Amino acid sequence: MAEQPLLRVRNLGVSFRSGGVESMASCGVTYDLSPGEILAVVGESGSGKSVSALALTRLLPPEPACMITGSVELQGRELVGLSETELTKVRGKQIAYIFQEPGTSMNPVYTVGFQIAEAVKAHRPEISNVQSTVEASLDAVGIREPARAAASYPHELSGGMLQRAMIAMALACDPKVLVADEPTTALDVTIQKQIMELLARLRKERGMSILLITHNFGIVANMADNVFVMNQGRVVEQGSVKAVMGSPQHPYTRGLIGCIPRLGQRRRRLSTLEDALRESETQRK
Amino acid sequence: MSTSTLLEVQGLKVHYPRPGAGWFSKADPVRAVDGVSFVVPRGKTVGLVGESGSGKTTTGRAIVKLAPVSAGKIIWEGVDIGQMDNRAFLPWRKKVQMVFQDPYGSLNPRADILGILSEPLEIHFPQLNRSDREARCAELLKKVGLKPEQMRRHPHEFSGGQRQRIGIARALAVQPELIVCDEPVSALDVSVQASVVNLLQDLQDELGVAYLFIAHDLAVVEHISHHVLVMEKGLVVEQGTPEQILGSPQHPYTRTLLDAVPKF
Repeated sequence: MAEQPLLRVRNLGVSFRSGGVESMASCGVTYDLSPGEILAVVGESGSGKSVSALALTRLLPPEPACMITGSVELQGRELVGLSETELTKVRGKQIAYIFQEPGTSMNPVYTVGFQIAEAVKAHRPEISNVQSTVEASLDAVGIREPARAAASYPHELSGGMLQRAMIAMALACDPKVLVADEPTTALDVTIQKQIMELLARLRKERGMSILLITHNFGIVANMADNVFVMNQGRVVEQGSVKAVMGSPQHPYTRGLIGCIPRLGQRRRRLSTLEDALRESETQRK
Repeated sequence: MSTSTLLEVQGLKVHYPRPGAGWFSKADPVRAVDGVSFVVPRGKTVGLVGESGSGKTTTGRAIVKLAPVSAGKIIWEGVDIGQMDNRAFLPWRKKVQMVFQDPYGSLNPRADILGILSEPLEIHFPQLNRSDREARCAELLKKVGLKPEQMRRHPHEFSGGQRQRIGIARALAVQPELIVCDEPVSALDVSVQASVVNLLQDLQDELGVAYLFIAHDLAVVEHISHHVLVMEKGLVVEQGTPEQILGSPQHPYTRTLLDAVPKF
C-alpha cells in the first residue's frame, strides 16, 4: 500500500439525536482504502458497520437528527460537510452502493433496464447511447440475455439475478469505490459464491475498490485483503485478513470466527460469541 | 434414544397446476416435489439441503399438510396422513410442528408472547385453564433461553434471534414428536445462528424430539444432522450420513453445494 489511498477515513463517527437524546452509532472509525483493494467490515447486526459505510456519502438523515464527525477524503477531497447537491454527484458516480435485499432495493413498477438507465443519465450525461451502456453493464455481471433482463420487472427475476442487476446498476456509472452491504446474506450459498466470484472478477478487471460489509468471516477469508471488526460502534481489531484470522487478538473476533460451522469438523456444539467472551473473562481473572 | 421409525415418506409428489392452463389444453404441472422417499427416525435429525426452488420447503410443508399431496404416502406410526382431510388430521397436527424461516413474518405482530404460545395450547389442550397456560408459557420461555417476565411483550420488542426462539417455543408448546425446521437460521447473523443451532440440539437431547432440518447451507446441515438428503429439482439426488455425503459426494450437485461453503 505504498500508493496514496483512494479513500482516507479518519475518526469517522455517527450519532443520532431523537427527542433530545443523543445515541452514538459508531465512532473513531479509521481506515485507508487503496485502489483495487477489498476491505471487509465485519460485525454483528447493530455493530455500526452499515452506518459507518452509509456515512461516507451521508446516505443518512440530515442534521441535526444525525451528526457525522471526523473526516472522509476521497482522492484528497473532503466529503464530510459537503452540501447535498455536491454529495449527489459523489453518490453513485464515485462511491456506489449495493444492499442486502436486492428485491427491495429496486422500484417494483419500473423495468430493471429503466432503473439502470436512470442512474446512467443522472451520473454520465455525456453518454448518448444509454441503452447499449445498460446492456453492456448487464452483460458484464454475467447476465446471459441482457436485453431481456433489461426489459424485465424486478419480480420477474430471481434473487441472484436481481443482485447481479443491482451490481450492474452500480457499475454503469463506473464508480471508484463499491460499497457492498451484506450483498449475499439474502441469497443461497451457491448464488453467494457466484456473486462473490463476480465481485472478485470486477475488482481485477476494473481495479475497483470494494468495501465489503458482512457478518460472516467465511466470506472475508476468501475475498478480502484487509479487514476491520466492529463491535458496539467501535473498531475492535484491524489488519490484514491473514493476520486477523491467523491470530485474532480480540475475544469478539475469536467469537465471530469460532461460531461458523465448518465442513468436516463436526463438533457437538458450535462455539458462540458468549463462549468466547466468557473465556476471555476467566482468563483475565 | 431408540432408533425406531417415526415418520416414513414414500414417493411423495406435490404438483401444482401451471397458471394459464386452458380449459381444453392440459398443461404440464409444476412438479415441485416429484417422488421423494425418506425416513425420519425417532429423536434424530434429518437434514434436507438444496437451493431455492429445489422443493425442500414444499416437502417440509407437505408433511405438516401446508402443501397439497398429489401422490405418495406420508406414514406416521403406520397410518397414512397424506390423504387425510384437515379435520381428521387435527390429532396428528399436535405431533408435528413447524418453525419458519422468517422470524419477522411468522409471529402475529398484534399478539403478545403469551397469546402466541397459548393459541396452540387452546386448540390441542382444551382442558388447560388460563393459569395453567400461563405456567406452561413461562416454562417454555425458560426452555428456549428467554425470561418468563417477557411474556407480555410483543414480537417487535425482540431481536431476530429471540423471535426465532419464540417460534421454537411455539412449536414445542404442544409437545410434538417432530419439528419441521424450515431454514430456521438462514435469516440470522452467524453468531446468533450458532446459539439457535445449539439450542435445537440441547432441546433434542432433553426432549427427544426429531427434526426435519431444511437449509441451503450444507455446513449447518452437516453439523446438526444424523442423516442428510440432497434435493435438486424436486428429487432426492443423494442421501447418507454426513460423513458419507462429505467424504465421497456422488452427485455433481452435491459437489456444487460443497464448493459453495466458504473454506478457511
